[in-house]
Amino acid sequence: MTQKALPKVHVRTTINGEPMEFLVPPYESLLDTLREQIGLTGTKEGCNDGNCGACTVTLDGRIVDSCLVLGAEINGRSVDTIEGMARPDGLHPLQQAFLEEAALQCGICTPGFLMAAKGLLDREPQPSEHRVRHWLAGNLCRCTGYDKIIRAVMKASNV
Amino acid sequence: MVATENVAREYKVIGTRPIRPDGLEKVTGSAVYGADIKMPGLVWGAVLRSPHAHARINRLDVSGVSAKPGVLAVMTAEDLPEAEDKVVDLGEGDIDFHYASQRIMASGKVIFRGQPLVAVAATDANTAKEALKLVEVEYEVLKPVINVHEAMATDAPLVLEDLTGDHLGEEVSNTNVAKHFLHEFGDVDAGFASASTIVEHEYDLSTVHQGYIEPHNATAIWNMNNHITIWTSTQGSFAARRQTAGLLDVPESKVKVVPLEIGGGFGGKIPVYLEPIAAVLSKKCGRPVKLLMDRGSVFESTGPTPGAWLRVKMGVDKSGRITAGEADIRFEAGAFPGSPVGAAAKCVFACYDIPNTKVDGYDVIVNKTKTAAYRAPGATQAAFAVETIVDEICDKMGMDRLEFRLLNASHEGTRRSDGPRFPRIGNIEVVEAAKASPHWNAPLEREGPDGRKRGRGFASGYWFNVGLKSSVSMSLNDDGTVALVEGSTDIGGTRASIAMQAAEVLGVSAEDVLPTVVDTDSVGFTDVTGGSRVCFATGAAACAAAQNLIKEMIKRAAMIWEIAEGDVKFEDGNFFAKSDPELKLSFKQLAGRIEDTGGPVTATASVNMEDDRGGFGAHIVDLEIDPDTGKTDVVRYTVVQDAGKAIHPAYVEGQMQGGAVQGVGWALNEEYFMDDSGAMKNSSFLDYRLPTSLDLPPIETIIVEVANPDHPFGVRGVGETPIVPPVGAIANAIYDALGIRLCRTPMNPGRILEALSSGNGK
Repeated sequence: MTQKALPKVHVRTTINGEPMEFLVPPYESLLDTLREQIGLTGTKEGCNDGNCGACTVTLDGRIVDSCLVLGAEINGRSVDTIEGMARPDGLHPLQQAFLEEAALQCGICTPGFLMAAKGLLDREPQPSEHRVRHWLAGNLCRCTGYDKIIRAVMKASNV
Repeated sequence: MVATENVAREYKVIGTRPIRPDGLEKVTGSAVYGADIKMPGLVWGAVLRSPHAHARINRLDVSGVSAKPGVLAVMTAEDLPEAEDKVVDLGEGDIDFHYASQRIMASGKVIFRGQPLVAVAATDANTAKEALKLVEVEYEVLKPVINVHEAMATDAPLVLEDLTGDHLGEEVSNTNVAKHFLHEFGDVDAGFASASTIVEHEYDLSTVHQGYIEPHNATAIWNMNNHITIWTSTQGSFAARRQTAGLLDVPESKVKVVPLEIGGGFGGKIPVYLEPIAAVLSKKCGRPVKLLMDRGSVFESTGPTPGAWLRVKMGVDKSGRITAGEADIRFEAGAFPGSPVGAAAKCVFACYDIPNTKVDGYDVIVNKTKTAAYRAPGATQAAFAVETIVDEICDKMGMDRLEFRLLNASHEGTRRSDGPRFPRIGNIEVVEAAKASPHWNAPLEREGPDGRKRGRGFASGYWFNVGLKSSVSMSLNDDGTVALVEGSTDIGGTRASIAMQAAEVLGVSAEDVLPTVVDTDSVGFTDVTGGSRVCFATGAAACAAAQNLIKEMIKRAAMIWEIAEGDVKFEDGNFFAKSDPELKLSFKQLAGRIEDTGGPVTATASVNMEDDRGGFGAHIVDLEIDPDTGKTDVVRYTVVQDAGKAIHPAYVEGQMQGGAVQGVGWALNEEYFMDDSGAMKNSSFLDYRLPTSLDLPPIETIIVEVANPDHPFGVRGVGETPIVPPVGAIANAIYDALGIRLCRTPMNPGRILEALSSGNGK
């Protein structure tokens, strides 16, 4: 059977606090759904096999690699992406700390790191440096050597 | 920070750490990278790649593809114009269109695994991928050559049957050696005869990849009027234009390249891969076509740094002076000529003042993807050899590792082993700063927990930092801000460092200069973001444009005050009349009155800078190694580097830290694991593992500032040097911990255990 013959799946979900309803092909990853259907391109593709973390989003409060989740799986659940991180009155402390600490160079991994770090600070507001390094080990950055990213997360954890 | 001379000048902007102008978009997800572009009518492309490293294509049938519903265009090598044998300078490396065309799409024969064969455009990405399954290909598999030894063997299969090699100036056919060159100065035999200690080793380095997190991408429209527009993530919009136009045989002026944000490059995003394919598919279907490369293809089909074999020999006399150095450097070019072996030959002995040197370089064709630049291309391989030999010499002679380096350090006037003499450089100051650093002076506990052994390593490194062409234009806004337009794509924060240099000249704040990176129709020619040149050369262009803007503003002030231009002085952000202290306008005040003086104020500048030749660094590393498992942890790391003048110190540190960590991966872990058929067996981020945050300690940095006389603020390039010392430094630390000398990368647990079990070691 070709993929075309598979009917699209009806999804009712909440993305960045906004209720949404759409149809997705059953084989489409959440990463592609976010980027191509919803237009939220802040979530990045680096490897498409769960090894770089650039596509990290939050699903019902837990961080996931959106390339390893199907778009259809978010039916009835809630997704948060980088586009929902700042509030109208200002940046999240992590975003502000990344800017102040020069924790990004090319910036392609930044949304994933921010989402993953937020996942940590939401659970553990004051983690140790080792804990931060351990938690973020699923996110690859090739530009910074991680030093300034870790400093930024530690700084945000003390806000 | 260590300021050694001539940088005592007080600056208002330079040396501060403002938030980068493009930062907000990048932390909120709104920055538009290559893969993010959308437009009406967009369709998707996909590429079929060779599963063989070396095979004749006996039959290629794409008729089934065109018949599939949803398929809009099919492309093979027949759709590319006959590429002439023309070599064009891309700023950092050349392109030979004859071979570049074959790299874009194979015809007749495939010569590396991953070489494109067919491309399709379809209404959606899945249909395009599915359609490729309908291509029928019959291959006759040939024996591949996958390293320099196989390629240079007398009975080696030929990769490029039409290759004419240049062997010391002689034209040679039926060879896999594209080039053999020699740099010889002094009398090497006499030099070794006068040496009391001679050390010689052979080195093997595996291919490694730049590992940028963003895969390659391209979107193109080929309009009916034969104007082509390309949106892509590239290190050089003009280089992408030159390559694409040459490959498609259209005038450069008909191609507009729009550079989108780029997710890392490190040299690997100078060549084009998908751009010409997207353009041809667009021409055939009349729609904009977008292509995204998958990670496996990034590994297999783009340009990693070459695997290499080196033999290096150095001799030292009783006083500890190096008397001679000899290097035989053989680099895998990949399937087409053009490895960075020439750069390796420039760098190999550059940290030392050696009277007699001989360097042979070989550019060797193998059945692997064509290599590309990777951060100081070639220099890391060379430094691995030289820096470990220097340490061994120190060991044999009982000399201090840093005193030896200081005694023999290259300095102003020293001849590099390919000829040129150094201008003012900071090599000695860098080693001195390392010697005085907290890390070098901290005691090292030699025994770690659970029987683990600790060792400390040191290595120097050099990269020659290119200059080249850059253009900047500016326009004054009536609120006193300045819009700055540049052609240098920004990979690591150069919008900030360029804007800051302009701001310093203009006497305004960093935030008052608003930089934008624009397309090839909107700014003067600008060479690639590579060779550590942007802060140096584009920075110099920004300074020149800012000075031109000030000149024009002086004219306008003179007009307002009805005095001679020569009577107007610009100082500390204010315009004065020399003859009348009452007449004074701040930069912002004058900007607000420009409308009354004849309208807009704009300025441009273009530069063509000489190479700065001045990138020296030194690294100190402490390792902790488990002798039972070979597992190696980096427990402390310090990078010392001469930045000339650090414009935005945080981003200079970032370059130093990032380069060092790439070098750590290269030393300990990363490699293209190839099987005998020439297939890479680890082409994913799971199996080709980059260092993670958990693998590393904080990376300490010491910025040395020995001003570069060829830049208005003394800037030297900083991007590439930091990847040069790490592999040698780590090899030296492994020796310090365990007493084993490893001459092969990666120095992974298996290699360490192998060396320990063969009876070496303390």
